[in-house]
Amino acid sequence: MDLSFTPEERAFRDEARRFFRTEIPQAIRDKVAEGRHLSREDIVTSQRIMNARGWAVPHWPREWGGQDWSPIQTYFYQDEMQLASVPSPLPFNVSMVGPVIATFGNDAQKRAFLPQIANLDIWFCQGFSEPGSGSDLASLRTTAKRDGDHYVVNGQKTWTTLAQYADWIFCLVRTDMAAKKQEGISFLLIDMKSPGITVRPIQTIDGGREVNEVFLDEVRVPVANLVGQENKGWDYAKFLLGNERTGIARVGTSKERIRRIKQLAALELVGDTPLIEDAHFREKLAAVEVELKALELTQLRVVANERKLAKGKPDPASSILKIKGSEIQQATTELLMDVVGPYVTAYREEREEGWNEPPVGPDYAATAAPTYFNWRKISIYGGSNEIQRNIIAKAILGL
Amino acid sequence: MDFDLNDEQRLLKDSVDKLIATEYEFERRKRHAAEPDGWSRALWAKYADLGLLGLPFAEADGGFGGGPVETMIVLESFGRGLVLEPYFATVVLGGGLVRHGASAAQRAALVPRIADGSRLLAFAWMERQSRYNPADVKATARRDGGSWILNGEKSLVLHGDVADTILVTARISGDQRDRAGIGVFIVDASAPGVQRRGYPTQDGLRSAEITLADVRVDATDTLGEPGDALALVDRVTDEAIAGLCAESIGVMAAMHEITVEYLKTRQQFGRPIGDFQALQHRAVDMFVALEQARSMAIFATMMAGEADPAERRRAIAAAKVQIGRSGRKVGEEAIQLHGGIGMTMEYKVGHYFKRMTMIDRRFGDADLHLATLARMGGLFG
Ligand SMILES: Cc1cc2nc3c(=O)[nH]c(=O)nc-3n(C[C@H](O)[C@H](O)[C@H](O)COP(=O)(O)OP(=O)(O)OC[C@H]3O[C@@H](n4cnc5c(N)ncnc54)[C@H](O)[C@@H]3O)c2cc1C
Repeated sequence: MDLSFTPEERAFRDEARRFFRTEIPQAIRDKVAEGRHLSREDIVTSQRIMNARGWAVPHWPREWGGQDWSPIQTYFYQDEMQLASVPSPLPFNVSMVGPVIATFGNDAQKRAFLPQIANLDIWFCQGFSEPGSGSDLASLRTTAKRDGDHYVVNGQKTWTTLAQYADWIFCLVRTDMAAKKQEGISFLLIDMKSPGITVRPIQTIDGGREVNEVFLDEVRVPVANLVGQENKGWDYAKFLLGNERTGIARVGTSKERIRRIKQLAALELVGDTPLIEDAHFREKLAAVEVELKALELTQLRVVANERKLAKGKPDPASSILKIKGSEIQQATTELLMDVVGPYVTAYREEREEGWNEPPVGPDYAATAAPTYFNWRKISIYGGSNEIQRNIIAKAILGL
Repeated sequence: MDFDLNDEQRLLKDSVDKLIATEYEFERRKRHAAEPDGWSRALWAKYADLGLLGLPFAEADGGFGGGPVETMIVLESFGRGLVLEPYFATVVLGGGLVRHGASAAQRAALVPRIADGSRLLAFAWMERQSRYNPADVKATARRDGGSWILNGEKSLVLHGDVADTILVTARISGDQRDRAGIGVFIVDASAPGVQRRGYPTQDGLRSAEITLADVRVDATDTLGEPGDALALVDRVTDEAIAGLCAESIGVMAAMHEITVEYLKTRQQFGRPIGDFQALQHRAVDMFVALEQARSMAIFATMMAGEADPAERRRAIAAAKVQIGRSGRKVGEEAIQLHGGIGMTMEYKVGHYFKRMTMIDRRFGDADLHLATLARMGGLFG
């Protein structure tokens, strides 16, 4: 056991810090830090800057732009990105469909998609969940029937994040109606411009419109857009969801949020005294910091252990990261509301082009409640925290 | 001790519950919210017809002589419906100030018009810097012959956008946070120098920022003792918190019911998700939190009229702590146990969750009341 970072690792961290803080536009990073709405362009701009430097897809195979980083380097990369409030490269692209194509796709697909996915020239959304199939994803009912060199797809996807921005959607579809439910599923790439696709936005409780229903009515998809083998889609989905979980701890994001909470709590006066000097508030905050430090080290342990596992096999311990990571992020959104106090109640709508009204109270007040509301999602998606507990119970505890 | 309602109270509860169940069916609520004021004037008239607007006022003043229990009944039901009308602002807050602070002549002028629905009230106590401290008042009141001249800015005034009469705290003397030196003034919303900017709140109600620039009110247009009105403000605030506790019970009970119903109907893995014991226990913990909160809401109702201000404050603080904690627990679990659907505006449970979250931020959150209670030495011993 050697618990210190090497000089090379520290040099890498400094390099990452400098890169994220000097190369990614401040205006975009401010939006992230303040919990404001990011435009499609903000996300594209930031990912392209990272990609130009070879940093959008470091975990991909080297020939497709990956970096052979050590687990510690990967950790510093993520941590510094989050600390600098840089938007993550679009997860649907870089953590989900990209690795699936890189691992299971054919050469033509790799050449056609991977560079464009890395550079966000193509925006993918994730078409897994359906109204009747959330936690029980394998019960999905969207069908794809073979018709010559096309599949004809019919069904409905839901909760599709940012489908309104997407050029393509990767879908799980049922290709064998007779097989056991996990065994008749295939993984298809579908052009969102295909006739028969309709997107309907769903407004979330924070007032935002980041999720959608996607209806597929007689959508013709070339067979060439099947990834891997027909009826093996469930394996690819499991591979993909395992990748989704490690990203979800977001330790750096929580560290940054705690920094911001301290900064704002120093501004917010209770009588003559800054809130940050209130002992009770500080204890509440410190308790979250203890949990976060523990999580950071747990994450490092999980990451270090990854090397010993078979490639592409997620560690069930990553479920710990998902549970704790989401709980801590949610706790920081509550603390932010505590800082803002009564001004949490005022609603101020943020449009694509900016705020439509002058602030009520301090200008940082308006995002506090919406962030708290919106962040309830992180214990629901990516495999809910209950499903993560089932995984730990089964795979680690043997119950 | 008898926790059962008497016949009259039961009658009241049945009629209000029935009205709210139909008028505040989820789709109908959306229509009320889309009205120009963000609530329904037609329903307001119905509340007047039912006697709800005059409920807590003395019969001699033109009211119906209801007490804290009657108000609790109405507000719990309003919580279930997520009612949008300015009942809390007009009848509970404004009406409280009138009941406890107005002269007989003022009551004769105001109560009948509150009761018949023709006058809406708002209570403007908060200021930009005050957080939850009603003694932190910068707005000023200066005597000028037979008038008071008011200047200052009031913030987060619940339903201040529609109020016909705004009851304003302003400082007559003393330093910014002195408990002494504060008056409550009756301001006509259309008086010269009154400016207001209305906006929606996170829970679908409305508030306003209000500026007073040399607003002139008559020397007699004050409530309570000019210069010593904070005791009145505290008393009304405590009653109002008891009201919020009652409303919270309606909100929490609705969230719990909706969630249990969902657990029974939502199918995953070939069975209702309520079959999973992990989720059953979570629904049970929500229920326990709800019942603890209900008990403390009853305690708050019992103590709202307590004559000793310290005893009253202690009890009210304790209740607000419980409501805040139970509310957060029940709300967060309600969303979680629904999965994605709980996150949407199209489904009702999220609206309750938002209301509950905002109730914690009104008149002090659970942390603040816990600190108050701890400072006062707790409840026992
Ligand atoms: C904001 C947001 C964005 C999303 N983005 C996407 C996206 O881009 N693409 C996509 O495909 N999906 C997306 N999802 C969907 C997400 O993955 C699902 O919401 C999630 O899988 C849960 O499914 P569900 O909502 O149907 O809830 P359900 O599965 O119906 O679950 C309801 C409740 O039951 C619990 N539960 C279910 N089964 C069990 C069990 N066996 N044991 C114990 N508890 C159980 C759940 O944990 C939950 O609390 C998104 C969801 C949200 C909220």
